[in-house]
Amino acid sequence: MALDKFQIAQRIARELQDGFYVNLGIGIPTLVANYIPEGMEVVLQSENGLLGMGPFPEEGKEDADLINAGKQTITTLPGSAFFDSAMSFGMIRSGKINLTVLGAMEVSQDGDIANWKIPGKMVKGMGGAMDLVASAKNIIVAMMHTNPKGESKLLPECSLPLTGKRCVKKIVTELAVLEIKDGAFHLLERAPGVSVEEIKEKTAGKLTVEGQIPEMIF
Amino acid sequence: MKKIFDNAEQALADIPDGSTIMLGGFGLCGIPENGIAALVKKGTKELTCISNNAGVDDFGIGLLLKQHQVKKMISSYVGENAEFERQLLSGELEVELIPQGTLATRCMAAGYGMPAIFTPAGVGTEVAEGKEVRNFNGKDYLLEYAFDADFALVKAWKGDTQGNLIFKDTARNFNPLMAMAAKITIAEVEELVPVGELDPNQVHTAGVYVQRIFEGKNYEKRIEQLTVRKK
Repeated sequence: MALDKFQIAQRIARELQDGFYVNLGIGIPTLVANYIPEGMEVVLQSENGLLGMGPFPEEGKEDADLINAGKQTITTLPGSAFFDSAMSFGMIRSGKINLTVLGAMEVSQDGDIANWKIPGKMVKGMGGAMDLVASAKNIIVAMMHTNPKGESKLLPECSLPLTGKRCVKKIVTELAVLEIKDGAFHLLERAPGVSVEEIKEKTAGKLTVEGQIPEMIF
Repeated sequence: MKKIFDNAEQALADIPDGSTIMLGGFGLCGIPENGIAALVKKGTKELTCISNNAGVDDFGIGLLLKQHQVKKMISSYVGENAEFERQLLSGELEVELIPQGTLATRCMAAGYGMPAIFTPAGVGTEVAEGKEVRNFNGKDYLLEYAFDADFALVKAWKGDTQGNLIFKDTARNFNPLMAMAAKITIAEVEELVPVGELDPNQVHTAGVYVQRIFEGKNYEKRIEQLTVRKK
């Protein structure tokens, strides 16, 4: 069984460590916040100017002045801090944010990522993604293994305009966990009941499979 | 003090066509609502707008776009505006998309009196086209220039008659940076207080950066994505 989006988020949450400052992108990455292990201190950064992002507000307690980078109403937590956008990207650029999780349209076997533009179709802009991928020490991509047409999103080279070069370290898809190193996708784990053959078939870039590949356990 | 104006119409009265204007805010959070409304009313044209986003179809900068008052947008993300997309694809509107951190830091550089900055954002992408690349300690960086803006329209929570500003929550975002960056900064505040009432320890933007200030009115503070949990 392929993972659903909640399981993808749950799997990514296992990469968190106590004391981490983490930036979660829009979509599946946002869900990772729901799976922070009990007792672990993880501080979420929202690049519009907040450290210590809390859950959505209770109905009626929403405040237009308090939103996250996805423009959703949120809350603060004890210990939160606000800052301006330059400082926000300052802490990203200077490596103070330990982990960045974001979505992607394509990732290459060299760790290039494309997630901001489809020429002629979609031009929304890169937002903070280019800053994040250019500076983050540890980037995990959360995405589907294939696009809606069934084509692999794990490619020898990205076909879409790049967001950043040689920056993605790890990918979690509905089928697998893969690490990128030495110009290849290294298969680390597979979703329960998903075969190595299926992952091979749906990975267009170079895939390295060494030894027995363990199944993820939920 | 000469900085105080009665309202947006007066504070913005001399903004000519063809100006380059910074507008604070992230999405619709912390945008200078009164200033935008005054620009719409005034009909100022051929504007170059520097703002992280372009509003939505019927609010924020979207109102200026609808009246075809904007010649060029410099933004990082313009996803929530169908009219914007239409004008972009039809070639009516010139758009420069730049990374959000680059946008913020180019404002900061202007406010700090620095002509340029180096950032790794965009290296190896189409953002880097035509830009100088320098290698520091084994990593490539792009040279990006400080903005040169005629006016900044910023929104603060509280301000005093000397122009000192305090922002609230994430409505701070680009506002203090743009306040520092333009030749003439026009601040609109929810509450304008007499000098001496703000705690100097809490001031985010020193009044030296603010040339004009007025108390705004009728803030709508529209929420783009209302997300709540059940009680």
